[in-house]
Amino acid sequence: MRIVNLLKIAYRSLIKNKLRVLLTMLGIIIGVASVIAMLAIGQGSKQNIQASVASLGTNSVMIYPGSSSMGGVRMGAGSYSTLTRKDAEAIVAKCEFVTDVSPVVQKSSQIIAGNKNWHTMVVGGLSQYFSIRNLTIAKGNIFSTNDERTAAKVCVIGLTVSDNLFGANGDAVGKFMRINSIPFKVIGVLERKGQNSFGQDQDDIIIAPFSTVQKRMLTTIFLNSILASATSENDIDKAKEQITSILRTQHKLIPSNEDDFTVRSQADIANIFGSISKIMTILLASIAGISLVVGGIGIMNIMLVSVTERTREIGIRMAVGAKGRDVLVQFMIESVFISVLGGLIGIILGIAVSMLVGKFGGWPVVITPTSILLSFVFSSAVGIFFGWYPARKAASLNPIDALRYE
Amino acid sequence: MNQEKPLISVKNLSKAYKMGDIEFFALKNATLDIEKGAFAAIMGPSGSGKSTFMNILGCLDYPTKGEYFLDGVDVLKLTKNELAELRNKKIGFIFQSFNILARTSALENVELPMLYNNSINSKDGKEKAMNALKSVGLAERANHLPSQLSGGQQQRVAIARSLVNDPLVIMADEPTGNLDTRSSYEIMEIFQQLNEKGITIVMVTHELDIAQFAKTNIMFRDGLITENNAVTTRKNAKEEISKLPVINPSEVLT
Ligand SMILES: Nc1ncnc2c1ncn2[C@@H]1O[C@H](COP(=O)(O)OP(=O)(O)O)[C@@H](O)[C@H]1O
Ligand SMILES: [Mg+2]
Repeated sequence: MRIVNLLKIAYRSLIKNKLRVLLTMLGIIIGVASVIAMLAIGQGSKQNIQASVASLGTNSVMIYPGSSSMGGVRMGAGSYSTLTRKDAEAIVAKCEFVTDVSPVVQKSSQIIAGNKNWHTMVVGGLSQYFSIRNLTIAKGNIFSTNDERTAAKVCVIGLTVSDNLFGANGDAVGKFMRINSIPFKVIGVLERKGQNSFGQDQDDIIIAPFSTVQKRMLTTIFLNSILASATSENDIDKAKEQITSILRTQHKLIPSNEDDFTVRSQADIANIFGSISKIMTILLASIAGISLVVGGIGIMNIMLVSVTERTREIGIRMAVGAKGRDVLVQFMIESVFISVLGGLIGIILGIAVSMLVGKFGGWPVVITPTSILLSFVFSSAVGIFFGWYPARKAASLNPIDALRYE
Repeated sequence: MNQEKPLISVKNLSKAYKMGDIEFFALKNATLDIEKGAFAAIMGPSGSGKSTFMNILGCLDYPTKGEYFLDGVDVLKLTKNELAELRNKKIGFIFQSFNILARTSALENVELPMLYNNSINSKDGKEKAMNALKSVGLAERANHLPSQLSGGQQQRVAIARSLVNDPLVIMADEPTGNLDTRSSYEIMEIFQQLNEKGITIVMVTHELDIAQFAKTNIMFRDGLITENNAVTTRKNAKEEISKLPVINPSEVLT
């Protein structure tokens, strides 16, 4: 049998059955596109969470007031008043496994510069705060220990604050602004960090010396948290243990008392979010799997529904001299064409949808070759199989039985 | 191609259909020779096994037992692929229900057997298909779809399709069963012309007037061949058509 003739036969059959071809293709397109989009969104959020957690500083250790069993951390910083600056100093003095330590206070404030105003969080910390949190300065400087000692009215601002108060291209360094009516001088602008995975703008922040915020803006001696960085990643657990015992001593807790603080490492948080993103990935993969199955069933349905008609067609072809393998090759060409073209359209659509979600949904997407390959191979295999299998059955019949088939 | 040997020779051909546990013999020990150039009409009441016999002759089905030689070839020893080749090159089969491909133009339907024939290239194929359509009077309908053709025209497409590979024999199972008298006679006219040119024709019909266009009539009853007679008062289709009343549109309305 000449392959040219078979190609011609398959081509004629395809253009004569546009609706069936289209419906079959649609099943494949939807299957492939949804899997690619689902996995791209899932993978994107996973990577985003990993990046945000890493941006907390890989060795960092966080101490929050209130015990985790009391729901302290969950109720948000500042809900409990158990940590003071003395605790931070005790950790500096006694803990061998930490390098930098900074007490942290924060206050949501109204900021005015010229005729512009902005509302954001003002964080008070030591100069170590920057290194612990991996914050780098784009312009200007961070504040000095001298600023801390004198409770100087200086601050470092994030780009969002700078853009809103001093214009998109304005140079904020050296300018003045009022935080809750107190004049502050901007001495530095942070490097852009963008959003974290919770949609929080990490550039919408003002950092001022700890003593400045505590003495000039707050009426309490209690801290929102203490940040520290361990001497190395391997020392994190030892650091956590030591900090716990130091703080228990500081707070004069007897053995039967629970901790009135919570120590968390960046790794703990990474683990929590790691398992969240794992659940998400599994969830998305299940949805993707279901779309594939649904798409596959769609393909199967339309192929099987057309079997009656096509069995008669096969009967006619065999009656005029088609051999079994001629019929099979024809059907194979048809289903490969439908599946591959449908798969390619599905890939394009999947990538387009992913990118649209990334663009308008503000959701990071990562399109992986695995998802493309997986969905393409699966859908094509389903398409080819269900295009070929009924044909194989029909081609094994006597021509007269194929013609009689209902 | 031995002139003395009959083109079709069947001996003790039987066909049983299995219905659950029961075997039902639709064809019982049929023995028959059909010479080259014959025009045989197979007749008999409904259910007498005519189609069963025809399908086996057309290599569309297998007998349960017996012998079948077509053009000297022992058909029952052939493989499926060899049978397909036989159907393609030596037999033109015509069905009562036309069996042409839907959504496919008359021309492409006629081309179909040649696409499965390696010895014909596509350019010659197109020309041959066109000529075949011309010979059945459908040249100007070449690009019409089956849904745009009358029953008689569809059957003529099927006949053109059966002709394109220059078969030795045309086998037709009630080719006029779904057609009106005029269309039926037109089909008979084509058959008589083809037979004149030397093509053997075996045709099933249960209509007496149609059988009279053939040269011989073979009678079936309950799966048995009961008679095989020459037609004494053979009719000429061309003449019969001219005798048909001309339908005047104004008369139809009254
Ligand atoms: N595929 C089949 N399965 C079972 N019985 C069949 C089948 N085809 C035909 N028959 C039976 O065989 C007998 C002969 O049928 P058929 O050859 O079609 O007769 P005819 O064409 O003369 O009307 C009938 O009784 C019919 O019911
Ligand atoms: Mg019949």
